[in-house]
Amino acid sequence: MTQITIALTKGRILKETLPMLAAAGIEPLEDISKSRKLTFETSAANVRLLILRGVDVPTYVKFGAADIGVAGKDTLMESGADELYEPLDLNIAHCQLMTAGIKGVPPKPGRIKVATKYVNIARDYYASQGRQTDIIKLYGAMELAPILDLADEIVDIVDTGNTLKANGLEPREFICDVSSRLIVNKASMKMKHQSIQTIIDAIAKAVSVSA
Amino acid sequence: MTSADRWLLPDGVEEILPADAEQIEQLRRRLLNLYSSWGYDLVIPPLLEYTDSLLIGLGRDLDLLTFKVTDQLSGRTLGIRADITPQTARMDAHSFRREGANRLCYAGHVVYTRPRGPLATRTPIQAGVELYGIAGLNADAEVVSLMLESLQCAGLPSLHIDLGHVGIFRALAKAGKLDTPQEEALFELLQRKAATEITHWVDANISDPAIATLLLKLPSLAGDASVLAEAKVLFAEVSSDAVKAVEELQLVSAQVGERYPQAELYFDLSELRGYHYHTGVVFAAFAPGFGNAIANGGRYDDIGEVFGHARPATGFSVDITAINSLLQTEFTAFTGIFAPANLGEPHERWQAMRALRAKGERVVCGLNDSTVTADHRCDRQLVLADGEYRVQSL
Repeated sequence: MTQITIALTKGRILKETLPMLAAAGIEPLEDISKSRKLTFETSAANVRLLILRGVDVPTYVKFGAADIGVAGKDTLMESGADELYEPLDLNIAHCQLMTAGIKGVPPKPGRIKVATKYVNIARDYYASQGRQTDIIKLYGAMELAPILDLADEIVDIVDTGNTLKANGLEPREFICDVSSRLIVNKASMKMKHQSIQTIIDAIAKAVSVSA
Repeated sequence: MTSADRWLLPDGVEEILPADAEQIEQLRRRLLNLYSSWGYDLVIPPLLEYTDSLLIGLGRDLDLLTFKVTDQLSGRTLGIRADITPQTARMDAHSFRREGANRLCYAGHVVYTRPRGPLATRTPIQAGVELYGIAGLNADAEVVSLMLESLQCAGLPSLHIDLGHVGIFRALAKAGKLDTPQEEALFELLQRKAATEITHWVDANISDPAIATLLLKLPSLAGDASVLAEAKVLFAEVSSDAVKAVEELQLVSAQVGERYPQAELYFDLSELRGYHYHTGVVFAAFAPGFGNAIANGGRYDDIGEVFGHARPATGFSVDITAINSLLQTEFTAFTGIFAPANLGEPHERWQAMRALRAKGERVVCGLNDSTVTADHRCDRQLVLADGEYRVQSL
């Protein structure tokens, strides 16, 4: 039987993904949220689950260490996902990628400094707007950067906008919508097509029912 | 630079040490012998040449992958080859013209500015064949068959063959009246089978509902031969060219399936590898354990046009470095004869060693009274017994 490995992320996305996998007949044999293990056998004998950091999921799938993964569109865009298939939008974990700056301060013309953890997305977005930028890579607390004059603008995920507001920032330009995607390794898709397509179809059905 | 990291090689650049080198060389020889037995003549193109000829047609995709330097003799730009196909195309179009079929094969290094996949080497060794001058499916079937022979010859147990036809997407793009930027955008989305983005794109760009339905369906037209039958029905209303392309795929795959019943044929009608230069059937081979294609090729008619000689063309290349990584690498059992050899020794011993080598034996000299060790990889030794040099097992 063809062995299939699925890479998932702990947390909210996992909670929303597990029912979809269950619809495809894949249920972890133990409670993932209560275990410190990183791999889990499932009710489907040939399917195993990996629990990874979100940003690592595309890497595992790209390298073929996992056949299937669930990753946010933001992570995929940032990591350059040309070598992957993303055949299904899971329609969960919706948010938006936006630029933001200090409330009431007019956008600075010319070359600006942008702080973000999405350096590739930010560079591409501003370039598509015809604007030259200097990108500063940060790993968190992006909102601080404009306040301390480290950057003129930030690029970040915006869900409710409350964090921006609490720090005196305002969302400016909309870059794109983000949701979680099912991603598949290209070689796996070709060599294990039957097994993988069956899983995709079952999950697609579960997504369309919940939509 | 400290002495500690002088030994370091650049990322993605590898040296090949004895056990692997031996296996790779055996592979290279076996493949070239195979191609010769099919009537393909060996050519040895130069490592570097003017980018004007290196980056023609199919070379456009390789522009960013090609290392370039300025030629101090002419001031023109030289490229280190990232692909050998354009070089053979130049030969067929200019320096080695033949009426009718021109079958050429090659093996050698190519060099990429950046790896083509995760963990891939930037200096792979490729072997390949190109068949010029024959249009149509007979030639396609020949090169696909030869690719399968190559993989068998290399000793790969399971064969996964991915078949497609770039004419399908071209025909659908034409039927949908897409302009070049639109075609490029959709092409890019299809490569990722990015369902959501394709839906948005089709909503925004396609007004004809029949074409829209088809384009949305295209990424999922993948699987065994049944997708070809399904596709023919779907395309019938919209584009006769697309139907014709599917029929070509059916004919070639039926023939290949009969010749190689153990090969697993997989079809992907939105697979557009090398879309910018391919003109017909395209194919690739995959093996468990390697994330990229280990061999790929397809039809690329009229590439020689820039040299003033447009001809039908098809071919493939095999990544020997990748195949080697999939095979178990072990030195074959110790075979060799250990023979002490120092200055002032009897000439007869030297003659005995030469005679053994002439018979094809591997004779390793033991210098400075050294004794035989595992590093010599010898299973026998040359000894003097009863005034005669004899071979004894160790």
